[in-house]
Order: sequence, then C-alpha cells, then structure tokens
Amino acid sequence: MELDPLVLSRIQFAFVVSFHAIFPVFTIGLASYIALLHGLYFKTNNPAWDRLSLFWTKVFAVVFGMGVVSGIVMSFQFGTNWSNFSQAASNFLGPVLSYEVVTAFFLEAAFLGVLLFGRGKVPQGVHLFAAIMVAVGTFISSFWILSANSWMHTPAGVELIDNRFHVLSWTQAIFNPSFPYRFAHMAMASFLTGGFVVAGVSAWFLLRGRDPEANRRALSMCLWLLLFLAPAQAVVGDFHGLNTLEHQPTKVAAMEGHWETSGNVPLLLFAIPDQEAQTNHFEIGIPNLASIILTHSPDGVIPGISEVAPEEQPPVIIVFWAFRVMVGIGLLMIATAFVGLLMRRKGKVYEHNAYLKALVYMIPMPFVAVLAGWIVTESGRAPWLVYGMMTHAEGLTPSLTGPMALFTLIGYVAVYSVVFYAGIYYLTRVVRNGMLPEEERETTGENFKRPMRPLSAAHTPFDDDVDPVRS
Amino acid sequence: MEMFDLTLIWAGIIGFGIMMYVLMDGFDLGLGILFPFAPDEDSRDVMMNSVAPVWDGNETWLVLGGAGLLGAFPLVYSVFLPALYIGVFLMLAGLIFRGVAFEFRFKSRRNRRWWNRAFSWGSGVAAFAQGAVVGAYIQGFRVENFAYVGGAFDWLTPFSVLTGLGLMAGYALLGATWLILKSEGHVQDWAYKITPMLLALVLVVFAIISIWTPFVNPMVWERWFGNLQLIWVFPALALFSAFMVYRSVKRRDEGIPFVATIGIYVFTYLGLIVSKWPVIVPPNYTLWDAASAPESQLFLLIGVLFVIPIILAYTAWTYWVFRGKVRVGEGYH
Repeated sequence: MELDPLVLSRIQFAFVVSFHAIFPVFTIGLASYIALLHGLYFKTNNPAWDRLSLFWTKVFAVVFGMGVVSGIVMSFQFGTNWSNFSQAASNFLGPVLSYEVVTAFFLEAAFLGVLLFGRGKVPQGVHLFAAIMVAVGTFISSFWILSANSWMHTPAGVELIDNRFHVLSWTQAIFNPSFPYRFAHMAMASFLTGGFVVAGVSAWFLLRGRDPEANRRALSMCLWLLLFLAPAQAVVGDFHGLNTLEHQPTKVAAMEGHWETSGNVPLLLFAIPDQEAQTNHFEIGIPNLASIILTHSPDGVIPGISEVAPEEQPPVIIVFWAFRVMVGIGLLMIATAFVGLLMRRKGKVYEHNAYLKALVYMIPMPFVAVLAGWIVTESGRAPWLVYGMMTHAEGLTPSLTGPMALFTLIGYVAVYSVVFYAGIYYLTRVVRNGMLPEEERETTGENFKRPMRPLSAAHTPFDDDVDPVRS
Repeated sequence: MEMFDLTLIWAGIIGFGIMMYVLMDGFDLGLGILFPFAPDEDSRDVMMNSVAPVWDGNETWLVLGGAGLLGAFPLVYSVFLPALYIGVFLMLAGLIFRGVAFEFRFKSRRNRRWWNRAFSWGSGVAAFAQGAVVGAYIQGFRVENFAYVGGAFDWLTPFSVLTGLGLMAGYALLGATWLILKSEGHVQDWAYKITPMLLALVLVVFAIISIWTPFVNPMVWERWFGNLQLIWVFPALALFSAFMVYRSVKRRDEGIPFVATIGIYVFTYLGLIVSKWPVIVPPNYTLWDAASAPESQLFLLIGVLFVIPIILAYTAWTYWVFRGKVRVGEGYH
C-alpha cells in the first residue's frame, strides 16, 4: 500500500491537536471557577471556599502543566508537516500565533506563580487578583488561537499574491466572520467542561462523605451554572450553524447528510451516508425540521453536498456522525442539569446516590463533545486548508514522504501515550487525595522551598512507597 | 519605517533568544547528559534539584524562538523544520520525556530508575539533535522556489554528527561548571574532576569543527581568509575563555568556571554568526529574503518588546530566589 503523506499528516495533526485541546478546554473553565472561589472566600471569609480553591488549584496545576508540554509540539507542527501553508500564511498566522505565546508567557511569568505558590504569602486581595488575571489570560490565549483557526475557515482582510497571503486589514483578518461565533461557542464549551468536571468530582466526594459542606456548595453552584449554560450553548451553537450555512454551506449540508439541493429538508436522526453513491442509506428523520432550524421556514431551500464536485466534498460520514455525537451529548447535558433542578426542589440532590453516580459518569462527556465538535468543523472544511483559497494538498510540506510521516505519527502516539498515562494516573491520585483532612493526606514536606512550576504545586506522591522526605 | 530596518531588529531579537536558550537550557540538558555518570543517587538528587526551579523557564526561549521565527522569518521556519523533520521529532520527544521525568522522579521511588533513564536519554537526544541543527545550518539546504526539496536524512552527515556530539560535550561542560557553582562536598569534587576532561573534549571537537567548516562551505573560507582580519578576535576570546575555565578549576574557584564557559559559548556563537552573515537559509537566502512582510514584523514587535523585559525580570527573580548551594537530602520539593 502506498503511504500517503497527506493523509498521514492530517491524522497526525488531528491526533496532536486533539490530545492538546482536552487540557486547555478544561483549564479555561477551571481558571474562572478558581477565580470565583477566591472571590467568594474574599467576600464571605468562609473557609469552605478556601478549601475548595486550594484543591482545584492543585488540579489546575497538573492539567496546565500537561497542556504546556503537549503545546510545545503544536508550535512545530505547522513547519514540519505544513511548510507550504506556513510560508504562505506566515504574514498573518505568525504574529497571531506568536501573540498567543506572548500572552501565555506573560500570564505564567506574572500571575501563575502567585496563584500557585502565593497562598498565605501574599495579601488575600493580591492572590484574588492573580487568580482573576490567570482566568483572563486563558481567555486571551484562546482568543488568538481561535482567531487564527477561524481565519482559516472564513479568511478575510488578506489578498493572495504569488502564493503568499498579505494582510490588508488586521481588524478584518483577526475579527473574521466566523470568529465571534466560534469564540462564544468554545468559551461556553470550556465553562461546561469545567462545570461538569467540578460537579462530577464533588459528587464523587459526596458519595464518600468527604468534606460534605464544601462539596455541597460546589455541586450546588455547578448545577445552577449548568442549568443556564447547557441550554444557552444550544442557542449559541445554532447561531454558529447559521453562520456556517452562510460561509461554508457544504459543511452544513454534510452535517445534515443532505445531498441534493431542495426545500422541506428533514432532520435526520439516523442515516449511513454513502459518499460513492452520493446518497444515504437507512434514513430516519423528522420531516421539514432541518429547513425550519436553518431557514426558519418549513419549505426553506438548503443547498446540498452535490453542489460541489465529489473531489471537493468533505468526508460526509465523519461530519454527519461527529455532529450527532456532539448534539446528543449536548442534549444529555441539558437533561442532567434539569434533573438536578427537579431533585433540588425535592431537596435530595446531595443524597441521591444514583444521580451523584450519574454526575461522575458525565465527567468525560464534555471532552467527547468538544472533540466531536472540532471534528465536525475541521473535517467539514475539507479539502480546504484556507477555505476557498488553499487546499490541504497545497499546504503540505513538499519534501515530506509517507514513511517519514508514518514514523513521526507512530512516535507521537507512543510519546503521548506515556505522558498521558503518567498524567492521568497522577491526576487521579491528586483527586483521590483531595478534600481529606490534613492528617490523612499522603503529602508531606510543606515547609521546603518549592520551585515555581505548575506540577509541583500538587503535593501528591506518584507511587505508594514514596520516600516521604523528598516527595 | 525607513528609519528602522525591522528585519535587523528581528535578527537581533531572534539571535538573542537563541543565545539565551542555548546557555540556559544548555546547563540543565548538560546535567541530564552527565546524569548516568554521577557517583551516587544523592548526587543525582542534587543535580536535579539545582535546576528544578528554573528548567521550564529556560525552555520558554525555545517556544518563543519557534513562534518568533514563524512571525519574523517564515522561510527559516518552513525550510529548517521540513529539512530536519526526523531530528525535530527526536528533539521534541527528548524534551517531553525529560520534562515529565523532572516532575515525576521526585514523586516516585519504585519507578525512579525509569524516570532517571527518561531524564538522561531525553536530555542527550535533545542536545544531539540541536547540535546537528547547527551542523545542518553550516552545510546548507537544497531549496527551490522557497521550499525544501531534499531528502529526510540530508542533514545527517559525518559533519552534523560531529556537531551533534560537540554540542553534547559543550552542554555537559556547562552542566559540570553549573554544578561546581551550585553544589558542595563530594558532588562538587566530582564536578571539579570531570570539568577539565570535558573541557579537553570540547576543545578537540571544536577544533575539528573549526578546521572542517571552511572546507564544507566555501563562503566561510572566503570570510575567514579574506580581508576581515578583525573577526579573528572571536576565536581568540573563546580560547582565552577556555583557558580561564582551566585555570579557575585548578584554583577551585566556584563561579568563574561557569562564567568562563558561557564566554566560550558567546564567542563561538559570534564566530558562527560572522561566518554566515547575512545568510540565514544557506546557501542562497539572506535575512531579508527570509523575512515576513514589514507590517507583520511591526505588529509582532510591539508584543514581543512588551513581554521580553517581563520574562527577563521574572527569570532574574527566580534565579535570585533559588540562589545558593543545593545540599544532599535537601530539595525544593
């Protein structure tokens, strides 16, 4: 079999970026939550808020550290596998991606150290300010990344001369047409992810009767947040979809599994799209609903996938099903939040074991939804790398061969498996150790001078028979 | 913008960033290379503790350099990375493994042996790959129409293997002199003992590279044996620095060996720059060919000029907080 460097590079990029994305999507939400906990403690002086913020800061430290490690690889991927694209788009992407790095370093240098290691050493107000600045910083970082990504979907403010993009208007390029929608959708996804993780872990602690006072507060807060956020995310997602319909109609058609341009389009619940035959098998759908959602009229015309030639179509089955996974989990989130409201009214949300267990099982769900959403939007623009202007094939590194790409793909999978295993293993230990009274924890050595590194903020041994002096 | 040549400003910034990276990550990579040869596990604790608070700050310069190159000199980014495809992967894998080892070695006892290996192998591979990049830069690249057209292993030649090993030896020397500064007792004795040997190794490798380079690259020959006699001051100062390392180790000075080793690096680096100036993607492209659009360089310059002083201040502060000796059995952990 011929090894295709294009396919392998796309798989590699998808793997590396997916692996990386799960960390920031969590830390962005969590940073705001920690800032909120600091604010509540500052205002009420209730030590429960302080215990919660201490615990979640440790979790934040580990996840942030893993995000940084996996992010280093990202900053080289553009050059190694997509050098033609890097060269062509550097006038815009170079500064925008660099601004993300600048923001991240500024944040780490100025405020992260204070947040992680300043407890009890700096005035409480300063500590609160650092927590807020870290939360703001994570948003500024995602602002730049999503601007760069959105520009590749809806390029604006540039002209292409001799295979190079030249920026005509920075404002138009940075605030390109799909950026506001993608940014809002992603910011809310981060909050939902943070909310469901905190809710799930609090439920886990409540099931074990650990620090019920603090964890009830945490769970209650999360459930209120999710009650508003989960439905609001559906609305924002709908606006994002309408924006996509305007700029990338083929992607929306693939999401709906809609092959031929027509009106009265049904909303398909199940189908097996067949790219070769340019049709679906085993369709089950609700008549007219897709037309109503996308055009606000039952007989509204939606352009079909076949408007573009087969070689310019995205892989429909991937887009179609990833979209259903995302929306399905979104509905599950809304349902979970509403069940929480009903339980709360009956006054037994904190005692109902089945519900608490369900919340624990919900922890991975937002991550799956986020990745599915990214698969929809990224696969859905194929074969375009910069929509309508540059294809994936044109952006590929010309000297790259199949075996080279296969070597690094296997290599990154191997490296990340080790890192991920160690990281998740360690993270579960931090959580298992969490919210215990001081004397029952496995941690020691608080009085040593500590390095200003994220992971070392979490004082939990890696394996059981640890040397207590040096842990 | 007629008054300032942004490309020159950016060359200064990137050049400064690379120098900072090489010096700062150099000594902690060097400790990783020396790790398997350390006399005992206590020494390894001291070695790791001496860089634990600063190593990740040291690596920020690598990321800033990578991003800055894409923004200011995209041709460098889009030729070096494809040309060194395999080497870049090995370097990143090495850096990731040693980064994770840093975090988990102290938190682990049963698996410590494996974290030790991850740390030393990761450091060694990363150092070798970086040295090979220097060799590949001196050799030049097959570039057509602003894209690399050579093969996957063009960079891997006897010359680049030598530069790779040379940088490993150089980093080990930086690590050993850093350890003299930061340790005491039997750990420091060991560092004093290995420094002259490493220095000799570095001098031999650097001598071979210096003699070989003009033959690899005719332009370098022209530069050194042409009219510009003034540039011979750099190798002279590098040799003087090497002598200072030797003398200060004999006198058992604690700080001078490290400072003098930095001197070797700075003057060798300047020597390399004057060999190649202003060619940045050899053999054909200069800094100005490789530059991005002036408005892009200007846009990014604002942010970078804002953040570099902050990073420098933070770096200085961290080193100040963790100044002084690291003792056996006493960690930052």
